[in-house]
Amino acid sequence: MGQLIDAIVYAIPFLMSGLGMTLLVSLIVVALSLVIGVALGVGLIYGPLPLRWLIRLLTDCIRGIPILVLIFAVYYGLPPLGLNLSSFWAAILALTLFKTAQVIEYTRGAVSSIPRGQMEAAKSIGLIFTQRLRYVIFPQAVRRFLPPWLNGVTDAVKGSALVSLLGVVDLMQAINQVIGRTYEPMPLYILGALIYFAINYSLSSMSKVLERRYAYIKE
Amino acid sequence: MGYQLSFTQVWRNFYRMSDGLILSLELALISIAIGTLIGLTLAVLHVSSGRVVRTIISAYVEFIRNVPLLLLVYLVFYGLPTVVNIAYSATASFVVTLSLYAGAYLVEVFRSGLDAVPRGLLDAGKAMGLTPWQRLLCVRLPTMTRITLPALSNTFISLFKDTSIASVIAVPELTWGAQWINNRTFRIVEVYAVATVMYLVAGYVILLGLRMLERRFRVER
Repeated sequence: MGQLIDAIVYAIPFLMSGLGMTLLVSLIVVALSLVIGVALGVGLIYGPLPLRWLIRLLTDCIRGIPILVLIFAVYYGLPPLGLNLSSFWAAILALTLFKTAQVIEYTRGAVSSIPRGQMEAAKSIGLIFTQRLRYVIFPQAVRRFLPPWLNGVTDAVKGSALVSLLGVVDLMQAINQVIGRTYEPMPLYILGALIYFAINYSLSSMSKVLERRYAYIKE
Repeated sequence: MGYQLSFTQVWRNFYRMSDGLILSLELALISIAIGTLIGLTLAVLHVSSGRVVRTIISAYVEFIRNVPLLLLVYLVFYGLPTVVNIAYSATASFVVTLSLYAGAYLVEVFRSGLDAVPRGLLDAGKAMGLTPWQRLLCVRLPTMTRITLPALSNTFISLFKDTSIASVIAVPELTWGAQWINNRTFRIVEVYAVATVMYLVAGYVILLGLRMLERRFRVER
């Protein structure tokens, strides 16, 4: 038992720096995918037909392949084509692609849930397109968007564990490294699982609270 | 940068990937079968039991759903055998992991499916004099199955994609097959192009098949 506690105490600093990397990767991915995903999501609904097809094709392809394959394809497949990315940025690029496809779907779902009359009313009072989005559609759509999006952030945190396979020292990789030194797999995996659980459970709980808070707009 | 595409080596070793694809599908199929058993049992328990059982089931569901699958795979393959005296192959270990994972997602699916069975149907069953077991088996479960079919097929597709994670413990499925060819021929671009197309086509074909099935069994509400 004493040995076990020693192993855990030894592990804590490594796990904390790994956790920092996990949070950094997740944060960058979530931020980038939010901006790109909302823009493309709006394009998917209001864009000209060829653009809509292109975005649809892109999201369907990305959602159709496993994230792991996406990560490997970006990390190992781009250098022969002349684009050298460090493992960190390759991981970010792959996870952002994956997450963007999700955000596009959330945006599409949220925006298309707003009754058509809202857009028509905004047009009839003379608002231009960007004004219609900004003052009429987005303020209503955000309540439909936030709960699933927040819940989807857990996918970014969980997906970030895969960057360990590229040698990025995130929480997952830190756990494996410590196990390589202490030979105590079970307690460390459980400790790691609990850390991931704490992060993701609070995110999904927040999502549930928001969902209940916005339940009144169900028509 | 002139990169010459050459698929010769990929086709020569293609059996690694085609065998891998079949194994991926098998893994997903077995896992969803076991996962359905777990999910259905726990969902029925969840709607019919007291608070203690419900809390335990929720704990299992929330734990699995909030931890990366990669970590669960490691935990079951590398961690578990050091604590309990069991030995299993990588493939068996992955099936265990993916089944538990599928089970956690399916509990929620079946639970909402059971709730969605119209109250009137159950009352009608009661009025006919069916016992509680008969009501469950002959009224509630068949209706629930048809309601949950779309969610089940989505779960199957995402499990199929999740089988790629088995490659980290050297289960010879599609992603592992791709890596095998990479490590020997270095035709990385070609290999991943082929693997991606295989995942996309397989996923799309399954989706079309399941959508047809769903249309056949759709509940008119």
